[in-house]
Amino acid sequence: MTGSQEIRAPDLSLLTIQQDSQYDFLFYLNFICSQSASLIKIFLCSGMPVDWLVKTMQARGLEVFTQTFSRTLPFPDENKERYMVKGTNVYGILRAPRAPRTEALVLSAPCTQGDHNNQAVGLLLGLAQYFRNQIYWAKDIIFLINEHDLIGMQAWLEGYHHTNTTGMDWSPLQGRGGSIQAALSLELSSDVITSMDLVLEGLNGQLPNLDLANLFYAFCQKIGVLCTIQGKLQRNDWDSVSGYSHSVQTMMLMVMKQASGRPWGDHGLFLRYHIEAATIKGINSFRQYKTDTNTIGRLLEGMYRKLNNLLERLHQSYFFYLMPSLSHFVSIGYYMPAFGLLAVILLLRALDLWVQLASPPPGTEDGVVDTEQMWSPDVLSVLTPLVISHLTGVALYYLPIHFQKMALEHFPVSDTEAVVLTAIAVYTAGLALPHNTHRFVSGEGTEHGWRVLKLVAVLYLAVLLGCTALINFSLGFILALTLVPVAAFVTPHVPKVPSAFVLVILSPACTLLFSVFFFQELQEVPISFQDGWVLYLSVISQGILDHSLYGSLVYPLIALLVYPCWLLFWNILFWE
Amino acid sequence: MAAPLTLLLILAVTIRAALYRSSLADLIAERVEVVSPLTAWKRVVEGLALLDLGVSPYAGDVFHETPLIIYLFHFLVDYAEITFMLADVITAVALYLAVKDYNKQVFRKQKYALEAERYPLDCLELIRSPKEMYYIPLKVAMFYLLNPFTILSCVAKSTCGLNNAVIALFILTTIKGNVLLSAIFLSLATYQSIYPLTLCAPALLYLTQRQYIPVNFRRFSFWWFVAQYAFMYLGSLFVMICLSFFLLGSWDYLPSVYGFILSVPDLTPNIGLFWYFFAEMFEHFRLFFLCVFQINIFFYTIPLSIKLKEHPVFLIFMQLAVISIFKSYPTVGDIALYLAFLPVWSHLHRFLRNIFLVSCVLLACSALFPVLWHLWIYAGSANSNFYYAITLLFNVAQILLVSDYFYAFLRREHHLSYGLYLKRKDGSEATLVLK
Repeated sequence: MTGSQEIRAPDLSLLTIQQDSQYDFLFYLNFICSQSASLIKIFLCSGMPVDWLVKTMQARGLEVFTQTFSRTLPFPDENKERYMVKGTNVYGILRAPRAPRTEALVLSAPCTQGDHNNQAVGLLLGLAQYFRNQIYWAKDIIFLINEHDLIGMQAWLEGYHHTNTTGMDWSPLQGRGGSIQAALSLELSSDVITSMDLVLEGLNGQLPNLDLANLFYAFCQKIGVLCTIQGKLQRNDWDSVSGYSHSVQTMMLMVMKQASGRPWGDHGLFLRYHIEAATIKGINSFRQYKTDTNTIGRLLEGMYRKLNNLLERLHQSYFFYLMPSLSHFVSIGYYMPAFGLLAVILLLRALDLWVQLASPPPGTEDGVVDTEQMWSPDVLSVLTPLVISHLTGVALYYLPIHFQKMALEHFPVSDTEAVVLTAIAVYTAGLALPHNTHRFVSGEGTEHGWRVLKLVAVLYLAVLLGCTALINFSLGFILALTLVPVAAFVTPHVPKVPSAFVLVILSPACTLLFSVFFFQELQEVPISFQDGWVLYLSVISQGILDHSLYGSLVYPLIALLVYPCWLLFWNILFWE
Repeated sequence: MAAPLTLLLILAVTIRAALYRSSLADLIAERVEVVSPLTAWKRVVEGLALLDLGVSPYAGDVFHETPLIIYLFHFLVDYAEITFMLADVITAVALYLAVKDYNKQVFRKQKYALEAERYPLDCLELIRSPKEMYYIPLKVAMFYLLNPFTILSCVAKSTCGLNNAVIALFILTTIKGNVLLSAIFLSLATYQSIYPLTLCAPALLYLTQRQYIPVNFRRFSFWWFVAQYAFMYLGSLFVMICLSFFLLGSWDYLPSVYGFILSVPDLTPNIGLFWYFFAEMFEHFRLFFLCVFQINIFFYTIPLSIKLKEHPVFLIFMQLAVISIFKSYPTVGDIALYLAFLPVWSHLHRFLRNIFLVSCVLLACSALFPVLWHLWIYAGSANSNFYYAITLLFNVAQILLVSDYFYAFLRREHHLSYGLYLKRKDGSEATLVLK
């Protein structure tokens, strides 16, 4: 007897049944799942049972390997309560019996503390046992159990693809299975499921191919499992107002989730490596019609048989879409023109400013208009606000993490709060800047000067929003909706106080605050203002953590590019 | 003017040194817009490693630069960063001195023309004054050194910086009137990449005009000068090729360097026009289209020389632009060289028609290159068509920029001959159209 886990499992012998017994799949799967689920419930109080998992997977005839990883977060993560993370991923490879080992499929279940996902690991092991007996596999199947959900998954993917983009420390993988064609991640928290929820949004708003979502939905319908998206059921009444608003709510939820740039399931990290992946969550919502683990097992078996038959990676359908429901989607051809029209506003304003600048001013004394001389002092007066805004953006990016210790010495706050409050402080300090930069620049030719600055700022915003919308459409659209109207209309001549108020309300930070409340409303869990503020602070800290842990681009984009651009408009408003 | 220039050089060197030390240097060195198979530093290092092992650096189709470069870096590989920063500094100073000299000549020519009353009375506002021309050399150096394209090219340690330095020295020696050095630098530039051969024509036009030899095909003095220049040029080229042969001991650098440039076997995406075309070309037609594309670069020399024979320096600018746009493996470093000349033609600003559209498109395309590359290669949501669309748009914008400056230049010359406010025969106002 080696290892503490075995001592605590008196009926482990029942699990080492040999492969050649003629057990019915349904009975066996049920048995395995209940046994392993109860066992894992005991084990998960003390971390992942690595040795037990290795032994169980080996008993099922898989090639089992482990990978250790460790990472110290820049500051403690209060949502998941971790700071110095150490863990082990366990994965078993089921080799295809008669195919070359060039392609693989991944089935993963995150193993977290508590009974959040205990059923999934059990189901995974049962499926492994069943899959091992079949002869039709043409691709290797990798059964992955990752610890510390996204961090473990990132370590595994980086090890598999020999990249190291986030500075994590991991041990190299001893076994590989070829290039991964598709992956599914399971999250089941109870053994009685009433519906399966499909989660598609990945890192930086990347989505898997629509074919994968359609595949899952079609198969669910065939088997008779209820399938939802964004936790909402489909409705049949498309024409009525309430049915339409339901689809709009579902679509807005997807927009919000995509705009946040964080992976909403373990599958989110696969997408970066051009692997189509989705997360399937089992939800128990106390309906009358319940599905048991057997049906879920058959569902997954069917999904994997379909993915097994793929001759090439899924690329035929859309990669850019929004789903108001599982059977309807809005493709990029429909939603991009909306964004294009917003960007055209900025381009037209730029053209208007150019024409105003190029036509000579109405009252010059002599006929000779010296256009070149008017350009050089203005370049300098435009350069100063640009440089100062970008330096503030760099400060917003670097200061929260690097001056965390200094903030802790002076203020009685926790680590995470120090980081978030420093970020908010730098953001608000940037608002005070315009009144100071004008002391440095003498500002002759002021009418000309603010027009040049606005031209530069408007073009900068247009290019920035265009690039953002191409990568993460939802983020680009939300930023465009809030920033374009203000950018087009702000001049030094509008009334200062109301426009300053509007500009601050529509700045990225306040947009985020409103989005938090809006998101909670959409999920039908409205919260009070205090809870909303706490949630807002945690969203900011998650954004900073996502950037350093997984390479999410939302925080650097907003801090280094969008915020300086917004500061330029603030500068124009207060141009004297 | 030495003090602002020194300040500018210090600022440029500081920016480059700061970027060398940051983590962005590796990221930039891999971008296909900044390095090409000809100019990548990674390949120079590979070639040096092969040379150290005693194998020819051209074995294995990795290294495609000339033998003189590899011998230069054989001694300087530890000081590579300083070498590239020095190359940028040399280019900027050479352009500064060249443009200063050119401005003096322009002003002198204008003075003579004014005294001879060759300009109509209403185009006096088109005459340039020394005051406005005073800051142009500094602006040229600034446009080269602080151009993000140049900075990226330097930080990536692309050998394009060395090519630009040689071309800038050629321009300096030509404008100063030194025939021997001009021929030597031109042959060095041609030796590096074949395309500067087209710069022979503007060099000859400029040097003959400077020495007051009339450009007339029936005069013996003209052909004698052309023969002298050709002799110096071909002689130095011959010396360099033989030197390369003796350095490496074999002729296999000829197909690896010049064969590679001319036959375009490597179709890695870049900001040029060749890769997509040749990726989908049928083998049967490959030679035909290769000839068409390569002749395209050399083809514009003769018509442009005929039109611009009074203005050889503008011809140099046009030729450099044509080479940068249509060459087989362009990078952003090539573009930076001809963009540096734009302040010299800043007096044409009032005649430019498309400058707003062109600058918007160039800015947007430069920002979209990395985005669409990411979407194609990493996210897999786009494909090569998207990237090539941006490449096409970028090149079209560059062509529009160059042709716009050409139009503005010719229009100003026309106004200087015929007056600013043009009238038709019946006295109504006429407009000028470029046909």
